[in-house]
Amino acid sequence: MYIYDHYDKTLLEERVAQFRRQTESYLAGELAEDEFLPLRLQNGLYIQRLAPMLRINIPYGMLSSAQLRKLAHITRTYDKGYAHFTTRQNIQLNWPRLEEIPDILAELAEVEMHAIQSSGNCIRNITSDEFAGISADETEDPRPWCEIVRQWSTLHPEFAFLPRKFKIAITGSDDDRAATQVHDIGLQLIKNGAGETGFKVLVGGGLGRTPVIGSVIKEYLPAVHLLTYLDAILRIYNRYGRRDNKYKARIKILVKAWTPEVFAQRVEDEWQHAKDGPATLTEQEIARARSFFSAPDYLPRPGLTVGSGTSADQSIAEVLPVAFNRWQDRNVRQHKIAGYCGVFLSLKPTGVAPGDVTDQQLETIADLADRYSFGEVRVTHQQNVVLSDVRQEDLFALWKDAKAMGFATPNIGTLTDMICCPGGDFCSLANAKSIPIAEALQRRFDDMDYLYDIGDVSLNISGCMNACGHHHVGNIGVLGVDKKGLEFYQIQLGGKAGGNAALGNVLGPSFFANEVPGVIEKILQTYVDHRIDGEQFIDTQKRIGIAPFKECIYAKAA
Amino acid sequence: MQKLLDKTGQLIENDPWIFLPKDFGGPVTGAHQVLPLQFWQASEPGAISRDALGIWFDSDEEPEVVAEYLASWPCIGIHFPTFMDGRGFSLARLIREQHNYQGDLRAFGHIIPDQLFFLTRCGFSTFLLNDSSQSFEPEMYFDNFSVNYQTSADQAEPLFRRRA
Ligand code: SF4
Repeated sequence: MYIYDHYDKTLLEERVAQFRRQTESYLAGELAEDEFLPLRLQNGLYIQRLAPMLRINIPYGMLSSAQLRKLAHITRTYDKGYAHFTTRQNIQLNWPRLEEIPDILAELAEVEMHAIQSSGNCIRNITSDEFAGISADETEDPRPWCEIVRQWSTLHPEFAFLPRKFKIAITGSDDDRAATQVHDIGLQLIKNGAGETGFKVLVGGGLGRTPVIGSVIKEYLPAVHLLTYLDAILRIYNRYGRRDNKYKARIKILVKAWTPEVFAQRVEDEWQHAKDGPATLTEQEIARARSFFSAPDYLPRPGLTVGSGTSADQSIAEVLPVAFNRWQDRNVRQHKIAGYCGVFLSLKPTGVAPGDVTDQQLETIADLADRYSFGEVRVTHQQNVVLSDVRQEDLFALWKDAKAMGFATPNIGTLTDMICCPGGDFCSLANAKSIPIAEALQRRFDDMDYLYDIGDVSLNISGCMNACGHHHVGNIGVLGVDKKGLEFYQIQLGGKAGGNAALGNVLGPSFFANEVPGVIEKILQTYVDHRIDGEQFIDTQKRIGIAPFKECIYAKAA
Repeated sequence: MQKLLDKTGQLIENDPWIFLPKDFGGPVTGAHQVLPLQFWQASEPGAISRDALGIWFDSDEEPEVVAEYLASWPCIGIHFPTFMDGRGFSLARLIREQHNYQGDLRAFGHIIPDQLFFLTRCGFSTFLLNDSSQSFEPEMYFDNFSVNYQTSADQAEPLFRRRA
């Protein structure tokens, strides 16, 4: 994990002092509301429907147990004892008091965390693959590059007042768990013929009102040129992105208007001015960044099979094989080191808003991380937590601990592992509530046997077109819409995140909230009726199209 | 009331430059006139005395189109229609770094004190500020940060080349 040196620490302390001064001037009436607004946004502070909301960055999703304990302390001391993991590897506090925000930021700085640029029209938190560094399908660990880009983007003087927000994701795997295809800039680590590291560069992807898959503007960018090339993209966007209409201000609109080819050429021309200049990365800097992400001290293991720990554990495993095996099936992932695995802690038990955690749970996660995973966890885009380096022989003990703390719901990748934005309960932009929909679905589908039979299906819920719940890339997408002041829900089918991402298609007319669980049930039934051996939901849906689903759902009304 | 500041936050008194409005139609009389780009472009070559002449760009204008003249203007202004319009930051770096401009680069229009630090890093040397805040102490906005990660107009070497 990256460790701050005195430069990083100084910058963070100075940032806290600056924001303290800004907040005090605002509260004293010396700083106008509209001028404070972008300043607070650049420090992650929204004023929401009910209270301020503070979004804290978790760079590329990594948290240490010390940071988790600090977050627990902050939620307990300054908030109502719970926080919310977002779909972009951030964590949000829903009830902080404005006058206490500087103190919260000071506490965060103690554990090398911050809220810099977590909102506003600037470069946001850099996101990555939750399995970075541990997955076998990786070209290279993306985290050192994420950290290099994090530092470059932090308080970048030229790009603090962009036309619109700007999101960058980096992945080292073809599976694209970082969703690089739907980011303003997506960077995919690749090697050239000589085995040298570089990036495939995509621009103009995004969800929101106009969902678009990003276009490749550079097939291979040698890694040393990363920052000068990013500067060139951002400068072109900053100068030519639309500023007259906030709905047309994202880079995707510019790329589309110019065509990706013209955009690429403009970037290329701009880049020539800075290429090979001082911002070109040095081998020392790359080595320095990589040094923070070396593998932990794995114990050599002869590839033990699961459950072969102590004899006491074994006997329990024999008593409860189904529940444990099911959990292993759904919540445990392969690791590139034999004898280790990645383990999901599900934050989606029935009755809890997806991604919500209490202060106590944060502390428990910290304890589990210390006990089983070198004191580190990853936060996922699906709003769960991963213990990244668990010894296989510890799995049974971990399962018992996780179960006792409510983290062992074996639903990862299933329907109830939903992504859900805060929606109308918290968000002032919402057209409709989203959390109650998630809860109703959790209640309707809490039969594990059924979920297990249905298998992999992603269900994503957004409370409005801004698509924070990524409904376009859910196999099933639910979008809150407002019609004459009433809340309705539009259903989409066929979206897919990850490698070869796809955007969903609208099923038909929208539904009332209370109809949604029944509609989802019919969708699943249609899948069950049509699936052939080994097909997941999305495979069947792609094969049979949308018509059979429409028929089943709208049949009566017709 | 407007205040003109230099890079250290000191008040500049007796500044000679006069900024002419965007729809200025001429004629140019006297010295130290900062003309809108369009007027300059529309004028006959040689019709305007080059002495003590400046040009200002609006945020959507392109300094590239007059690249060969930039060095001849002792004062260049960049206009911020609103402080949320960040194009001026890019224009300043472009003029300073790509065109190696050495004269006075002035930010004017709607800028706020909390932008002064970034504006300085992008290469601006003077700032025309609408001062509404009573407790405004300009100096405190210029030295908020002693650490910068990136390359910029005032610091060519990024931090990773300077880390010790
Ligand atoms: S999708 Fe809409 S309702 Fe949901 S959090 Fe985003 S802006 Fe708010």
